[in-house]
Formats: sequence, structure tokens, C-alpha cells
Amino acid sequence: MMRILNRIYRTGTLTEQGLDLRDPEIEALGRELKTHIDARFDGSLAIREVDAGSCNACELEIHAVNGPYYDIERFGVHFVASPRHADVLLVTGPVSRHMETALRRTWQAMGKPRFVIASGDCACSGGEFGVSYASCGAVRNVIPVDLQIPGCPPSPIELMKGILALMQGTNAP
Amino acid sequence: MSRFDWLSGYLAELEDEHVIVHSGSAQTLAPAHLLIIDPEDWGKAASVAKNMDLRWSGIWADEQDSDIVLSAVLVNQGDYVVLRTALLGEQPEIASHTPLYPGADRMERHLADMFGVTFTDHPDTRRWIRHQAWQEGEHPLRAGFPVQGNPPERTPADADYPSPPIQGSGVYEIPVGPVHAGIIEPGHFRFQAAGEPILRLEERLGYVHKGIEKIAVGRDAAGLARLAGRISGDSTVAHTWAACQALERASGIRPPERASIIRGLLSERERIANHIGDIGAICNDVGFAFAQMQCQALREQWQRRSGELSGHRLMMDVVVPGGVMINLDDAAIATLREDHARLREQARSLFDILDDQPSLEDRLLSTGYLSPETARALGASGYVGKASGQAIDLRTDGLYAPYTRLRFNIALSESGDVATRMGIRQEEVFSSLNLMDEMLKMLEQQTDRTDIYIELPSRPGGEGLGLIDGWRGEIVSYVRLDDEGRVARFFARDPSWFTWPALERIVLGNIVPDFPVCNKSVNGSYSGHDL
Repeated sequence: MMRILNRIYRTGTLTEQGLDLRDPEIEALGRELKTHIDARFDGSLAIREVDAGSCNACELEIHAVNGPYYDIERFGVHFVASPRHADVLLVTGPVSRHMETALRRTWQAMGKPRFVIASGDCACSGGEFGVSYASCGAVRNVIPVDLQIPGCPPSPIELMKGILALMQGTNAP
Repeated sequence: MSRFDWLSGYLAELEDEHVIVHSGSAQTLAPAHLLIIDPEDWGKAASVAKNMDLRWSGIWADEQDSDIVLSAVLVNQGDYVVLRTALLGEQPEIASHTPLYPGADRMERHLADMFGVTFTDHPDTRRWIRHQAWQEGEHPLRAGFPVQGNPPERTPADADYPSPPIQGSGVYEIPVGPVHAGIIEPGHFRFQAAGEPILRLEERLGYVHKGIEKIAVGRDAAGLARLAGRISGDSTVAHTWAACQALERASGIRPPERASIIRGLLSERERIANHIGDIGAICNDVGFAFAQMQCQALREQWQRRSGELSGHRLMMDVVVPGGVMINLDDAAIATLREDHARLREQARSLFDILDDQPSLEDRLLSTGYLSPETARALGASGYVGKASGQAIDLRTDGLYAPYTRLRFNIALSESGDVATRMGIRQEEVFSSLNLMDEMLKMLEQQTDRTDIYIELPSRPGGEGLGLIDGWRGEIVSYVRLDDEGRVARFFARDPSWFTWPALERIVLGNIVPDFPVCNKSVNGSYSGHDL
């Protein structure tokens, strides 16, 4: 136990102060995001993530957003297990035809108002996979999309900026 | 015994069984030996292989001049043989390898769906990759099937996929997915349980089938490499390398030595990133969040360095046909050497803590056991195989640079539980760090430090086999070029084809709440499997 405590103490807090190592604007955006979330979602924005056909690279970076370096929860954003608890649907991948109905049903299970973010080049445009016998291509070909976050995959910072942009009602950076 | 001495024994056994080998070639698919046989001998050839305890490692089909050409891979201690036969394309029918090699099950069903090949005496005739996006009797990888297909306006759920019912007092089913509760890939699991212990698990995959094999056709080499880099994002380096190796062999070239060393470094970086991330996730699945946070922090530091060095946090599109996109100068080498030393120290002290936690021991020891016999029968490679006695690691087989000049011991055990699979991955973190330090030395010793790329010559009609040890295990990648030097056929066999069925066995008798940790300890790729 002492070793665990010692290690935690030595590791310290890794969460970057506003991630300003890479982008000095992000702390300001983070505060603004929190202001929006406080005002419109009573302090917490719930996201349900659905992989509709991704290669799983997008999922790795979404995991990182929840890790100790970014810790997006401190801005009031948390990921939930059920679409019924979600304000936002974060969709990755081109929508494979085999996931088309599952994605639509997940979206239909959400309460309103609801928002959809298409995250990653495949979700935005079909990416490397396009439209084919097996792929519906972009997410907007299947359900309405409010915001697109390009990138292959979008980095944690790009993901955070995208969610901020959704709150501000603007397009992704 | 020198390499392939056993092959004459195999050929003699085949002759005893009256199997005619029409021609053999050590060049066409080098380093594998290609053996052409008659379709009616397909089952017998596998039977002889089984008796000699050869490992079965994959099958693909290829439509050529209205014939269906089947190729199956057999392995003996790092020596590869490809059995090949041609079937008439009208109603292709051939003996199944599944009764001998259960790992062949889903790959043969994949071929039944995609090419219309009937595997006689296959124990399971249900569709596999096909859901409802195309109709029974349609086969997307046949030449006549258009890339766009003829999908319904909306593709319905594959609700009527037959799943064997279970009966008995107090027995119940838990259907899970395709959309899972976490941030993970989609697939369907059907648990049949009595009380808490799992009696049976049926996996249903294919949800993220994206038509990779079909849309590969007609691409140039660079386009194929980009696509291969997105077969399974967590293995982007390994899959791109395997595809590039296949392309390079099909074109009759070798990448410059420096490019191979850099590929090795990138691939070991990918291995370490995934191992560390998954070790944390395994601990998290039994409620030990400390390890998860520590591992995520180490992984993030590691990925950031990958981003600085290669321009991409996951190192996508850095390996290209003919070489690599980045070089490493003295400053980068010095930085990496410091990184390696730091991670070695940090991982050592963290793993010491994990190894000494009674609560972890309680949850991970004896959980999710896979016997060496089952691992062998399924052909499981990577940490799943190594934890169950399967010493399969292509890096030790002298098959490809830079590993031809490197030596290390395969982490191996027969204990086969979650704790062992995690332990193998801990050991591999350190062996990878040692290998990477050796590779840095190799880079420094080179006289020509600029040569990282060679242009691929056009070689119409060439074919090549890529064999790479990714962090999940053995990847087999096949490429055939058409008359214009473009891709005519591409197939990538991710190790997950064999570890997904292993998971069905691993969970038996375990309680349902331990499924997540069993699953994470295997961590099959949905995307890599579904293609």
C-alpha cells in the first residue's frame, strides 16, 4: 500500500494545465465549454460513443481523452454506457452496412434534444473506405449530424476542440 | 536439421497417401514453399500435415480466369508452406480443413460467403461475415460482383442468424451487443449461463465488415499500404509492414536495411504502447484503477514521442512500400535511448507493485484458462498462444530484417490464465525495449544513414507473402498484382481470427462478471477480423 501511495505521490498530477503545452487557447476554451455546459446541461454533458465501423484507431484516442493527461471530465464531459443517458452521440468509422440499423436504433434510443458528432475522416466522408456494398460511408448518410471532427484519427486535443465547437454552435476547428 | 529438411518428409508422406504434388516452388511465395495439388487431395494433404503436427495458419481464395484458386498456409517451426489448388468457378466445392484444424472454421465460412466455395464436411454451415447487406447466393469477392453491390435501401439487423438454443432449469441467455457499454468495437456475444458461471458463449462478428478485400482491388502499392494501415488501427504499423513486405516480395525488391531497422523500431513501439495500455485496462476490469491511470500516463507519454518522431501518434502511414517516411538522426536516437531507459525503470517499478497485489492475484490467477492443447488446435499466436505454451514468434524465425540479426528469448508459459497473459505482455515490454536499444545501435553503426527508401519496380503478375509478428501475433498478408502492376488480390490474416474462438473456450466455467477481464486479456481485433 505504501508503495502505491508513494508512486501516486511521485507521479503527481499529470493533467496539463489547460493543455497549454500544445495550445494556449485551450484552457480558455475549456472554461468556456464548462460555462456552456453549466448553463445548458446543468454542469454535465453525457456522451455515448458508437463505433459504427472504425478501424479502432479513433477509439484509442477517445480513450486517451479520458486518461490522466486530458481528463475531459474536469470540463463536465463524461462518457456513458446507455444512449438513454446521453446528450451527444459520438460516432466513429464509416458506417458499415452491418452496423447501419444498430446505429440508427442507438440514435433513436436517445432522449431529445440530442446531438450527433461524426468523429474522424471515415465518419466525416467515408475516408479510406468510402461507399461500397459493405459501407454506407459518412455518418450523415445514415443519421443527421450536427458536427464533424476530421482527422485520422482526431487527436485528443482535436476531439476536445470539436466538443467545444459543438457547445459554441460553430463548426469544428 | 537445416531449414525445410522436414519438407521432404512431408512430401514423402503425401506420396504414400497418393497425393500428387504437381509443382513446387521455393521462389513464388518465398520464404514460403508453394505446393500445387489436386482439389480432391485437399483434405488428405491437411490430414498428413496434421499427423506431422504442422500448424494451420490461414486460407484465402482468388478468382483467376473463372477458376477459384485456394491457398492454405501450413507452418512448421517458422518454415512456411502454402498448399494451392484450383477449383472450377461454377460450383466450387472442396474438403474442409475444419474437422482437422478447428481454427479454420470461420475463415472457411468467410470464403463460403465471399466466394461461394462449399466446404464439404464443414461442421457449421451458417453464414459468418455476411449479415444482410447482400443476399444469399451473392458473393462479393467474385469478379462479377460490383464494388457498389446492390444493398437494400436500409440494411436491416441480422436478427435471424441461427443460434443454438439452450434448455434446462435455471438456464438463461444474455445477449450483448453489437453496441457495447464501453468505448470499444461492435460485436455480438450471446452468453448462456446457469447462475453466474458461463456454460457457453457464442460470438457473432462481422459488424465492422468494410469490404477491405474488395476495395483493395485496383489500388496501387501506396494505396494498398494506406488501406492496410486501417485494417486494425491499433496494429497499423504491423499490418502496413506486412502488406508492404508482400508488395516488395511481389515486386522482387528488399527495402534498404535502414528502413527495415526503423520499421522494427516503429513496430516495437506499437507493441509496447498496446501492451502497456492493455495491462492497465485488464487491472481496471477488476477495479484496480491505480494501474489503469499509471499505464494510461505511460502510454500517453510514449504516444506523444511517437507523434514527435513520426508525425502521427499511432505511426500511421509511416511505413510505405519500399521503405519508411522518416529517418532518425543522432539526436533522435539519443532521445529514444533515454526514453527506453526511463520506461524500463518506470515499468519495472509499476509491474513490481502489480505483481505484489493480493487483490489482483485473487481476480486474475486461474481466471480465463486456455489449455495448451486448445491453443495449439486453434493456432493461437501472440501472447494468447505464448501464455498457453505456443512458442510462435516470427521475430525469432530468421524470416525478416532487422530481426535476422537480433536474438531474444520468447516469453513462454503454460499456465494459460489471465494473469499469465498479462505477465507475458509485461515480459514483452522489456524484451522489446532491449530489442529497440539493439536497433538503435544498428542505426548508429550504419555508414549510409540516408538510404530509407527504394522505389518499387512494376512487376505485373507478381505475388508475395508478408509475414510479420505484430503485437497480437502472427500476421499473414497476401498480395497478387495484375497485368498493370495494380493489386488484383489482397488478403490480410489478423491473429484475431484464432484468438476470437479461443475466447469462446476461455470463458467457459468463468462467471459472467469476469467476461470483460477475460476479453481484455485476449483483446481480439473486431476490425482486423471483420475486414
